[in-house]
Amino acid sequence: MTFRIRPAVLKMAAAAWLLGATGAMADTTLEFTQWWEPELPAGSLRKIMDEFEAANPGIKVTLVSGPYATTRDQISVGAATGTLSDVVGLDGAWVNNLNAQNALADMNPMMDASGFDKAQVADIIKVDGKAVMFPVASFVYPVFVNLDLAAKAGVTKLPSTRAEFLEAAKKMTQADKNQYGWVLPLSLQTPSGVQNDMMSWVWASGQSMMADGKPALEAKPVVDMLTFVKSLNDAGTISPGIATKTEQEKVEEFVNDRVGMMIDSLAHVNLIRKRNPNLNFDLIPVPVVENYDGKRGLPYASWGIGISAGSKHQEEAWKLVQYLMSEKVNAKLVSLANAFPGNVNAKPDFVTSDKAFGKAFEIFKTGYLANEFTGLPVAEDLMTQFDVQAQKMLAGEQSPEEAAANAQKGWMAKF
Amino acid sequence: MTPQKRSHHRLKRAVAPYLYLSPSLIIISLLMLLPMVTVIGYSFQNSAVLRRDPSFAGLKHYQAIFADPVFWASLWHTLYFTCMSVVFHMTIGMIFALMLNSDRINPTLRNILRVLYILPWLFTAVIIAVIWRLLLEPNGVVNSILMQLGIIGSKVEWFSSPETALHAVTFANIWAGYPLFMVSLLAGLQGIPKDFYEAADIDGAKAYQKLIFITIPQLMPIIISISLLDFIWTMQVFPLIWITTGGGPIYSTEVLSTYTYKLAFSSYNLSQAAASAVIILLISLGLTLFYIRYQKAR
Repeated sequence: MTFRIRPAVLKMAAAAWLLGATGAMADTTLEFTQWWEPELPAGSLRKIMDEFEAANPGIKVTLVSGPYATTRDQISVGAATGTLSDVVGLDGAWVNNLNAQNALADMNPMMDASGFDKAQVADIIKVDGKAVMFPVASFVYPVFVNLDLAAKAGVTKLPSTRAEFLEAAKKMTQADKNQYGWVLPLSLQTPSGVQNDMMSWVWASGQSMMADGKPALEAKPVVDMLTFVKSLNDAGTISPGIATKTEQEKVEEFVNDRVGMMIDSLAHVNLIRKRNPNLNFDLIPVPVVENYDGKRGLPYASWGIGISAGSKHQEEAWKLVQYLMSEKVNAKLVSLANAFPGNVNAKPDFVTSDKAFGKAFEIFKTGYLANEFTGLPVAEDLMTQFDVQAQKMLAGEQSPEEAAANAQKGWMAKF
Repeated sequence: MTPQKRSHHRLKRAVAPYLYLSPSLIIISLLMLLPMVTVIGYSFQNSAVLRRDPSFAGLKHYQAIFADPVFWASLWHTLYFTCMSVVFHMTIGMIFALMLNSDRINPTLRNILRVLYILPWLFTAVIIAVIWRLLLEPNGVVNSILMQLGIIGSKVEWFSSPETALHAVTFANIWAGYPLFMVSLLAGLQGIPKDFYEAADIDGAKAYQKLIFITIPQLMPIIISISLLDFIWTMQVFPLIWITTGGGPIYSTEVLSTYTYKLAFSSYNLSQAAASAVIILLISLGLTLFYIRYQKAR
């Protein structure tokens, strides 16, 4: 059997192809690399992009998605080779390195030119005066308390100060029953425990691990925090296996009633409920030093966003950034992610529908976001160095002052 | 045939083997030589990969590595981890192979043991790491059994204590790797002629004498080959150590592979990481040359 294609059909096909090609050429296609899509409900980020495309004819967005670690490596290599996507998802810990490579665009001129209201964003991450990142969604780290364990241990008032926390942790600890007051994950595989579970004590009391842009680990705030952690360890209130414990294991121990308190991401609330629907827990701010009544710094991790310095479509990229930071879209995105908004006016829907999230939102609103690792050079390496010194301290090899001094020495070499 | 044609024909004959080899040569160059040469190049650059215009650094990164006490600790841990693993892989592999080759064991039981003994080989490094983390965690099964037997008085933090961590990861690696020896030695055992043992029986040799004077000498080529290969592979083990301890606590399980990984992906010092990788390459190369020479000598 033979087929004959009529010339008219061929002409029509050629015309359609040309039309399509011309249409495609007229569009600007933005590449947006991030790790958010796999962590959001399937198709939800694509839907937001479709809505952006509908609102901005002529701009298409291609999502380049992958797990966090892969995205980090991809962005590092992209920055070095000049192949960074137009818009990039960023972690605050990366921006210093990327800025040193001149890979990120300064968004100050874009904000000025478009009349962008800077007051509407929760934070603008600046390096050397350049606005390089906006936190789009923030995952705050309050203290989770197992209320049943607390009640059984006779803890009637949830701790608000470090001393109260130590007392509560002691009461909740029953080592013979594998039950401990607190859990501290300091695995060197993921040293983020230094940021989330240790430095958070410093920031909660409005203190800092820095002074004049340089590390100040030998100063009182950090030494006091180390002394406090050591006292918790000496009292036997910390679940064993600290040096190799990961964040995931920390959550598992809390879920299984093996620890009374943990500092953890609010993003884990649904996971905890799913793993143990009967767990009765509450959220409180990280306790502070005695007599502190100022605003509390709330540790957080964020999904940040920035624009590639090498992008040929910076104007369009800025439109996408603005879109994601706008009140309604930001509220929608963070509602999907169970995160807190990057736009201060956005209110995610879960804060009204869920008591725990509602309470955390109150903590969020009365405090301020604090994460001093954001923007620091080789932030993960700094955490690793501090982690090693903290492990030595907890192993009894050195005092808190020595741990702080040794960490300071290591950090200064990186600045 | 004219001289010109003859010379052309000779040339074709000379080139032909290389043409046949060219696909594999191209693939090897692209997949092995090119990355190796690139990494060696990075080790002599400042800010390799991270900058588009890296400057020449000379031997700076090598000097920095040799001056780093953590590197020497990693080297020592790597040697301990590797030597212990190879020795125990061989010993356990030999015992199990002899057991599976013995006629004294019921054939059904032997088949069951054959499956059981080979199980560790079927798991990926990640699964092995997870299994041993669960077993050896302070509230895990191992502590519980040892406490019930009265061997230990309190919970031991096997992976989290600087005193026990290196032994614990080595133990997990021994468990994971002995089947290679077992299978290879079993194949070797089945190839030893029965006549040797019959002759030894007639001479009144005891079991241990047959083992020392017949079995081990007959298996020696396999033992040496597999030991060398195991040494090279074990030196490069990464996922098992990374997932169980991350190189900690402190630096007690830091090996060359985790040391290099941290330089690259925690410190973003890719030049120094490349220098460290080149050092591992040189050590592996030395062992490989030793292996090749041994194979040639046979």
